[in-house]
Amino acid sequence: MGRKLLLTHDHVEGIQGYTAYRANGGYRSVEKALKKMTPDEVVEEVKKSGLRGRGGAGFPTGMKWSFLAKPDGVPRYLVCNADESEPGTFKDRYLMERIPHILIEGMITSSYALGANTSYIYIRGEYFYVARILENAIAEAYANGWLGKNILGTGYNLDLYVQVGGGAYICGEETALLESLEGKRGNPRIKPPFPAVAGLYGCPTVVNNVETIAAVVPIVNDGGDEYAKIGIGRSTGTKLISASGNINKPGVYEIELGVPVEEFIFSDEYCGGIANGKRMKACVPGGSSVPILPDYLVCKTAAGEDRLMTYESLSDGGFVSGSMLGSGGFIVYDEHQCIVRNTWNFSRFYHHESCGQCSPCREGTGWMERVLHRLEKGEGNMSDIDLLVDVAKKIEGNTICPLGDAAAWPVAAAIRHFRHEFEYHVLHPDKIKDPKHGHREPIMPVKPEPVTA
Amino acid sequence: MSLLKVTIDGKTIEVEPGKTILQAARQIGPDVAPPAMCYYTKLKTSGGYCRTCLVKVTKGSEKDPRPMPKLVASCRTTVMDGMEVQNYSSDEVVEARKGVVEFLLINHPLDCPICDQAGECHLQDLSYENGRSKSRYEFKRRTFEKIDIGEKIQLHMTRCILCYRCVKVADQLTPGRVHGVINRGEVAEISTYIQNAVDNEFSGNMIDVCPVGALTDKTFRFKSRVWFLKPVDAHRDCDQCSGKAVVWKYGNEIYRVTGRKDQWGEVDEWICNTCRFEKKSPSDWVEEGPRKINRHSVIAQNHYGSKTRFVASPESLPQKQLS
Repeated sequence: MGRKLLLTHDHVEGIQGYTAYRANGGYRSVEKALKKMTPDEVVEEVKKSGLRGRGGAGFPTGMKWSFLAKPDGVPRYLVCNADESEPGTFKDRYLMERIPHILIEGMITSSYALGANTSYIYIRGEYFYVARILENAIAEAYANGWLGKNILGTGYNLDLYVQVGGGAYICGEETALLESLEGKRGNPRIKPPFPAVAGLYGCPTVVNNVETIAAVVPIVNDGGDEYAKIGIGRSTGTKLISASGNINKPGVYEIELGVPVEEFIFSDEYCGGIANGKRMKACVPGGSSVPILPDYLVCKTAAGEDRLMTYESLSDGGFVSGSMLGSGGFIVYDEHQCIVRNTWNFSRFYHHESCGQCSPCREGTGWMERVLHRLEKGEGNMSDIDLLVDVAKKIEGNTICPLGDAAAWPVAAAIRHFRHEFEYHVLHPDKIKDPKHGHREPIMPVKPEPVTA
Repeated sequence: MSLLKVTIDGKTIEVEPGKTILQAARQIGPDVAPPAMCYYTKLKTSGGYCRTCLVKVTKGSEKDPRPMPKLVASCRTTVMDGMEVQNYSSDEVVEARKGVVEFLLINHPLDCPICDQAGECHLQDLSYENGRSKSRYEFKRRTFEKIDIGEKIQLHMTRCILCYRCVKVADQLTPGRVHGVINRGEVAEISTYIQNAVDNEFSGNMIDVCPVGALTDKTFRFKSRVWFLKPVDAHRDCDQCSGKAVVWKYGNEIYRVTGRKDQWGEVDEWICNTCRFEKKSPSDWVEEGPRKINRHSVIAQNHYGSKTRFVASPESLPQKQLS
């Protein structure tokens, strides 16, 4: 049984409310930080913990915090990114729904560390009911003296607000989020300047994911060193994984980083194996924007080593034979699923969510979606497959924000590993007309023959 | 302040701190300057959207020589001392730019034969230099519901490449912007949202900054192709603007008035709507002389004694030239 740091008390009765949360050791980190530590000491603990951003990019949080510019007389802001919209990711929602106070506590401790006196939680529009939960939790925190003026008599002031977004995936990109928070159109900004220098209202700002901020709580409580003991190498601590797809037990799991992927999928502690006794066909380990892996690369790397649930191991092999941990949206496909249809579905999402600011993404996402739709319907031709690869290549890396990459990677990876399935769609339009064609004739990934020297 | 040294395509220049790669490249000359569709020197925060000016930074600076991991928009990346940049000398850049041009064209109507911008259209030049001869896009091109934005300016949304220049003109030049970009992604469009006329004394500059034929002059609409007209520098006393403009003449008649554009297609000085739309009589203007036009421009084909060139079929060319 792996250690849990965030979801330790998630099944305690009434943990949503302040009383139960406090009774189970809640707000200890605020007491400890504000009374016994300086802000820099808190940052130091976070650095020591090796915590990496849980939103997808995996950037070391302590380092991000230490980049924050601190000019005199200019306010600093901490913004929590709760605009969780990546298909396949729902861990933040679960955390905020079940234990809203851990986010509030993390926000207070982190704001103290960064010297922010006003902090925001930007939550996606579709989570409106979660925003209500958070607002209740904030009201309880104010009522019990954890927010407001002169917290715990230390002279530290903090106001915390929840802002609901309009429901756009792009507003999860940190600069688009800041634009939206300022009341403007949610277009990503051109970097530099980075938010650490000029973010919200032109002031230095740190934007962190919900899970990252929640993880500050155990780090401050137990110390960064203790946190760093969990995990392997540069992947320390625990991570929430949103497991979905054709598995026996979909849900949100807190894992210690370093758990073998095989154990995660097949052990009863986690996903409990593939549903209905089928075979696994593919896996998207980190949310819709990371490259898809065929069955033979899910549990083992190309070199034949066990693949682990860490940032490094999942990306082993680069984009040729690896993927990314991303935001932890773990989607498993069984042998009956159609990868072409799945890729089209992802592509449709990115087409719909592109902000339209820069041309490769605005035009390219729609183009890819249309070609994929044509292939999916059995109306494509062989040259479409190479066209998709080329269009994906021309979007990737050439856009303002990472949405272009996120749209291009899944398409490129699906064709890289499942080209035969795309070809099947071109060659057998009669067979694939039925969306459930995979049930009659499963198409499994083809492992390339090892090249012998 | 000490000058910063930057090398672009092997050519070195020293520029003031704060200059962007694009500005430095323009200082070196047109041989190394990347094309720009959305950047406009006179408009703050413009640039970064169209991605045609992407370049490769092979050396970040003298202090930190690491190359930049991705291609960068040269219009929004400031020069560091000792920076080395590849533009036309990098295949990666050329390839990426071709991709961007293709993206810009897939939904463009290519209605140049009936477009007033033809002949002075940046997208025409760009696709002539970087585009394919055939489109790979086989789907219906997008269309928009037509909206009327007033009696002086014609909006053709299908031709728009969303460079945001006109939005910035309205933001920075006129009080109270009434138009902007609505909707998102592929269906994002320039619009006034609630039917509203774009009406103020400097709105006409939106026409000058538009790199394509999305915003054209209604008072000049379908009057003439630009290359049949003779551009003449002229000025008048104006209490609102500098009054320095170009009048486009056919014989003795003034067909239209525009701002004076430099080598990069950017106006030197903004002009007001009175000068642009109302003053079309030769007596309104003091002529300074014919405007210098790049001899490669189609506008230069019709006058100043340049010889008419006929397009030859390959068979009719001397064999020497072919080999």
